[in-house]
Amino acid sequence: MIEVENLSKHFGKVRAVDGISFEVKEGENLILLGTSGCGKTTTLKMINRLIEPTKGKIIVNGKNVTEQQPEELRRSMGYVLQNTGLFPHYTVAENIAIVPQLLKWDKKRIADRTIELMDKLHLDHKYLNVFPEQLSGGQQQRVGLARALMADPPVLLMDEPFGALDPVTRFNIRKEFIELDELKRKTIIMVTHDVQEAFELGDRICLMDNGKIMQAGTPAELLFKPSGSFVRGFLKEQRLQLEFKAVKLNDIWDLLPSIKTRSSKEAIHCNCTVWETLEIITSGKENAVAATNPVNGETKTITFTQLMSTFYQYQNSEAV
Amino acid sequence: MNEGQQTLLDFMRQESGKLASQTLTHIGLTFISLLIAIAIGLPLGILIAHKRKLSGGVLGIAGVFQTIPSIALLGFLIPVLGIGAKPAIFALLLYALLPIIRNTYTGITGVDATIKEAARGMGMSYSQILFKVELPLAMPVILAGIRTATVINVGVATLASLIAAGGLGEFIFGGISLNNTNMILAGAIPAALLAIVFDFLLSKVQNINFKKVRTGIKVMPVVLLVLACFYFIPSAYAGKLIAGFTPEFMGRRDGDLGLRDKYRLKIHTVVISDAVMYKAAYEKHLDVISGYSTDGRLRAFGLVVLQDDKNIFPPYYAAPIVSAEALKKFPQLESTLDILAGKIDDSTMTSLNYKVDYLHQSPQKVAMDFLVAKGLYKEPRNGNGGTVRIGSKIFGEQYILAEMYAMLIKGYTDYDVSTKTGLGGTQICFGALKNNQIDVYPEYTGTGLLVMLQVKPQMLDSLVLDKDKVYNYVRQEFKTKYDIQWLKPIGFNNTYALMMRRSEAKNLNIKTISDLKRYLEKK
Repeated sequence: MIEVENLSKHFGKVRAVDGISFEVKEGENLILLGTSGCGKTTTLKMINRLIEPTKGKIIVNGKNVTEQQPEELRRSMGYVLQNTGLFPHYTVAENIAIVPQLLKWDKKRIADRTIELMDKLHLDHKYLNVFPEQLSGGQQQRVGLARALMADPPVLLMDEPFGALDPVTRFNIRKEFIELDELKRKTIIMVTHDVQEAFELGDRICLMDNGKIMQAGTPAELLFKPSGSFVRGFLKEQRLQLEFKAVKLNDIWDLLPSIKTRSSKEAIHCNCTVWETLEIITSGKENAVAATNPVNGETKTITFTQLMSTFYQYQNSEAV
Repeated sequence: MNEGQQTLLDFMRQESGKLASQTLTHIGLTFISLLIAIAIGLPLGILIAHKRKLSGGVLGIAGVFQTIPSIALLGFLIPVLGIGAKPAIFALLLYALLPIIRNTYTGITGVDATIKEAARGMGMSYSQILFKVELPLAMPVILAGIRTATVINVGVATLASLIAAGGLGEFIFGGISLNNTNMILAGAIPAALLAIVFDFLLSKVQNINFKKVRTGIKVMPVVLLVLACFYFIPSAYAGKLIAGFTPEFMGRRDGDLGLRDKYRLKIHTVVISDAVMYKAAYEKHLDVISGYSTDGRLRAFGLVVLQDDKNIFPPYYAAPIVSAEALKKFPQLESTLDILAGKIDDSTMTSLNYKVDYLHQSPQKVAMDFLVAKGLYKEPRNGNGGTVRIGSKIFGEQYILAEMYAMLIKGYTDYDVSTKTGLGGTQICFGALKNNQIDVYPEYTGTGLLVMLQVKPQMLDSLVLDKDKVYNYVRQEFKTKYDIQWLKPIGFNNTYALMMRRSEAKNLNIKTISDLKRYLEKK
């Protein structure tokens, strides 16, 4: 879907982005992770040509972006900014309708789509005609997301979309984000410096430093097969939590003891992470949860202790 | 209040027609120039907001325009744009530019970068970003600039009357010259009200919310255009010759009123400042002007005085006038000032004025050269017997006389001297003397007779022909009315006169004011 080849951006003598290449498959969430100044935001902005690359090629949907009208290109990609970038002089409805207006949709279509998104993003209709400054930070970010999704673009670029929110709001919105069906179909490139966020949301992660990609891979790959000391060091903090988030039930399925479950119990899918499973177990009364593996039709009941010991086994086997 | 004086309201009622038309002219001038300034300043502000490298230069130049004194600017413009509406609008436009350009620039550069980036990221084109994001968000700041420009323009537009463009300034400057407070107020109060009202209305526009601003932007040009239309560019000048008279001359019995009364002279007349009048005549923008018979510019610009064959201009013999208090305080003052009595005749004064006005020698040098040549000069004694304060009106001749008196006092007495030159019109100078802010200044008998004493026409008729009668009359009246002493006349008669370009007067064979009248009445 998106191919980046040997991309560079130099500001004077500073090489903000230095010859990076990566690929994002359709429907995949790619996270550009790194500290401030590592070149992740510059990379993102080159994809919708807010910044013109010094060198290299970006192919989206088989077309080289530099061969397209920048305005047309941008209208075909959703863009979410850290500080929302909502127009203070436009109402919520008008803000959401910016791209469809540019694409000259008719009024009815815009109104219908607006309502649809407001509902999906849990925004009350009474906010349609208020100005952004009257909304809370979380609501503003939802509006920003609605604006980006409005024209249903196949590609979504997100620049630290949750960066300006307080931890609680951030946690809630992230959860909604994961559950939002609109996002599941989209190819997303998201920039963040928050490792937890990257591990929770990313199918794959590009860890960047000094304009270069240090490692690209799935969260589990980064954790258990780090390319070097930089990656290892970067993920050192809260490592256990990251591992819980990186490892899915699928990965440890064979190691889990196969205890038949009572059929009355609602089963979770085996592509849940260990973290998610733990959350479900600890929040329930029964100290156990059922999980199914659709591949072989197996269902297993997992208790807290079993999950922890199985995870420990897996950890040991991977870390070698 | 004396019974002879009218109240302000009476005056305004009496002049209501002229007041209304001058107010409309004033509004028109203000808004025509404002409209053009917006048409130029707004795009320029937008340009420099996007090409920041240009901003220093453009703002610098606009800033320089702002610092040029208005009357000087009007003077510069005469050779290029002539007199009347064009230079006035142009000058006002230059003054309005800076606030508009600067606020447009500040407004647009002040728009949050994140919002601009979001707009670009959404796929808006440059013009969409400009019209949908930058301008609406910068609008309160831009409107503040327009508001400033409007208030500046209402004020500066009063000066338009100095170059024959009309407006409320005609009342203000006429009133100052004629010592007529009602006339000043009749111009100043409406001008101040205009400034307050426009400022208030624009503040309302500025405070309405974003949504309404969008419609406001569409409505505003229309409103501005309508207001601008109040100014009808003076129609093609009717008649053969154009006269330019100073506001003072316009309102005086020994001026325009006398010309109409005694000569029945009908000529297309515009009101213009003394400072630019001679130049305008020289540049052929005017044919007949009111001037002073000893003015150096007469010689400089090749003008000739028309003979006053019906004697409407009373004698204007110059003499120092001193407050009685100062004469007591400085016993040697009178005799010192009298040294100059009878020493300067008309042609001497004209050539002294010529040196200052045209050859641009300093009044001090001209005064010194004259005193040295006449053997009157003495080195200053640097005494410390108190300070004599000498005033002068704001033209060359008065500066020269003030310098001469200063040198004489320093050389012949132990008094020190401070000069307060350039005290505007007659009223300002005379007011300063009455209020004991100066001790002495040179005044003219005719001015004393007509401006300060405001004699009745019948009295005027009995005095007018005889210069000694006039002198004795004002001397007597000033003493009793104001306790101010007229000293001996200096010798020359700087009377009002009508003048024309020498070449034109010769071609048309006009030598006297009656000749002028006959020429104008010929079909």
